[in-house]
Amino acid sequence: MIQLLLILLPAVAAVLAYYARRETTRTRLMWGAAGAHLLLVARLWTTPRAVTLAGWLAVDGLGLIVLTLISLLFIVVASYAVGYLRTRSARDGRVFGSGMLAFLAAASLVALSHHLALLWVGMEATTLSMAPLIYDRHDRRSLEAVWKYLVLSSVGIALALLAVFLLATAQPSAPGVRPLVLDDLIAGAPSLDRWWLRAAFVFALAGFGTKMGLAPMHTWKPDTYGEAPSLVGALMAGGVTSCAFVGLARFTQVLTAAGLAGFARPLLLGFGLFSLVVAAGFIVGQADVKRLLAYSSVEHMGLLVLGMGLGGLGTYGAVLHVLNNGLVKGWLFLVVGNLVLAAGSQAAADVRGMLRARPVSAMLVVAGLFAVSGSPPFGLFLSEFAIVSGAIREHHPVVAGAALLLLAVIFAGIARMILEMVLGGGRGSEASRRPGAPSPRAPGWSPDHWHSPPWC
Amino acid sequence: MRSLAEVLLFFVILTDFGVLAMSRLSACIRAVAAQGLLLGILSLVVEGAWSVHGVGLALGTILIKAVFLPWFLRWAIREASVRREVEPLVGYMASFLLGAAALAVSFAVAARLPPIESGPLLVPVALATVIIGLVVLITRTKAVSQVVGYLMLENGIYIFGLTQIRRVPFLVDAGVLLDVFVGVFVMGIVVFHINREFDSISAAQLTELRE
Repeated sequence: MIQLLLILLPAVAAVLAYYARRETTRTRLMWGAAGAHLLLVARLWTTPRAVTLAGWLAVDGLGLIVLTLISLLFIVVASYAVGYLRTRSARDGRVFGSGMLAFLAAASLVALSHHLALLWVGMEATTLSMAPLIYDRHDRRSLEAVWKYLVLSSVGIALALLAVFLLATAQPSAPGVRPLVLDDLIAGAPSLDRWWLRAAFVFALAGFGTKMGLAPMHTWKPDTYGEAPSLVGALMAGGVTSCAFVGLARFTQVLTAAGLAGFARPLLLGFGLFSLVVAAGFIVGQADVKRLLAYSSVEHMGLLVLGMGLGGLGTYGAVLHVLNNGLVKGWLFLVVGNLVLAAGSQAAADVRGMLRARPVSAMLVVAGLFAVSGSPPFGLFLSEFAIVSGAIREHHPVVAGAALLLLAVIFAGIARMILEMVLGGGRGSEASRRPGAPSPRAPGWSPDHWHSPPWC
Repeated sequence: MRSLAEVLLFFVILTDFGVLAMSRLSACIRAVAAQGLLLGILSLVVEGAWSVHGVGLALGTILIKAVFLPWFLRWAIREASVRREVEPLVGYMASFLLGAAALAVSFAVAARLPPIESGPLLVPVALATVIIGLVVLITRTKAVSQVVGYLMLENGIYIFGLTQIRRVPFLVDAGVLLDVFVGVFVMGIVVFHINREFDSISAAQLTELRE
């Protein structure tokens, strides 16, 4: 019952918000849905293992953690959105508010569903609910961003659907076995067809990996995060990616139960390490704050699949990492949004010297960036530590070494941008000393081009 | 029943190649609409019996894939007054050959797969349609053509899903159809805005965001 309410309540609020004429009504709807959602999630913590709809919706550890993350993130973003929407026209406000609430409903569906096709439906709904939010500024750049986002995400999510059908094919039909229900899949794992199962996992990795933004399927991410309003970036980097991780984790659970961990883990490790490499390459010398956050998101998604690919302690670290990453990303996007608003630009060179102009936001950004690069005492340090020590304990010393090296490079890249942004001189002095963007790359050389598919 | 399904699948392949070979956008849209109609009938034939689930799914499929979405895409190109695909990245002959290669590969792969009960043609045709959809999506520069490619990709996955039609509950089918519907709808709206902003609906002009 609670599970159904968690999905239906925001869905109904989304419809109402679209038709609400007055801004105060929309604000109340947003607050009401966010508050009620958080209370219901808290109630779930005390009544675990509740099952509804013939096992289609159920609560388990991973689902509950992601649900809690989304609920917390949403209430913070909603409180930020109330102020943001005051600056928008009534029509934009209607679309924006109802898009956010639809996202909350869809994300709750992903976290709660134990029916994998239903999970897919929720995942696709989160994708679509984000599209109007990304296009909120209604200009050419945001149009380009939303098109890339839609095309790449849609292809990714279509591949994930193929993965769901392949998994259904792997499951033999027998009386009493509910097709595509996670618990039955795991219970009957030995009888699953190995061949179809492997094929399903490959497509799930490609599909949900695109939604998570694993390299090399990450090309939509910097554009989208760069152009979307900051609070949308917060929802995407903290919420949508975590939902996609849930999807991939469900498939990994089934494969592990079927004794195919040896097939799944090297793939996960490979994608994880490659994402770290790409993120490190683009974070060093990045000139745009929001794009930096996007590549940092690629890094953390890489760490998530790395942890899952290690198994054991690594998986524990990965689940902890989902929570930490989601909250820190939300925090960072919102405060960086404040600074960008104050400076009127999101190029690092223009956001200089913020410690004097906006001391509180600037301090919060510094703290957030230390958190996001995994320094103690923040939560991300703990989860990254768990993942790396998981690598050592599971006898992957090379993986541990490579991950540590790449994390160090990323830390240096992020720290450089932060210190320049916060302590650097005012706009005039710094810009005149170093003409052009602070990017060390020549303008004609565009590494993004290598990764982008030709239609971008 | 099985031979009827095979005739339908043969026509699905024809529509695949139709989209590859035709330069007029409205003809491509018509081909993909015909594919949607074939899919709707196919779902009835594969189900093999008249059930609420089967008929509902077939009607929903035809309504969405063969009637509404093609109508909507035609609206988008009429508003944008574009008629033909200008200079695709890969020529029509080359993309036709790519399609033929995709078909051959699909049959070769499908022959090695563990057998499933729904007949020998369903899986290779599904695979070929998925690959040809991806080819259209990647090699065409018009935003509308890319939507057509995405629809073909979805159709291919749908054909594969038909092998599981008896096992996936109606609610899920409806959710999948609804998502595809809303997805293409949102894409269509974006296409419309691209047209208004850029005076053309070529996605090749979307190049402002670069590293």
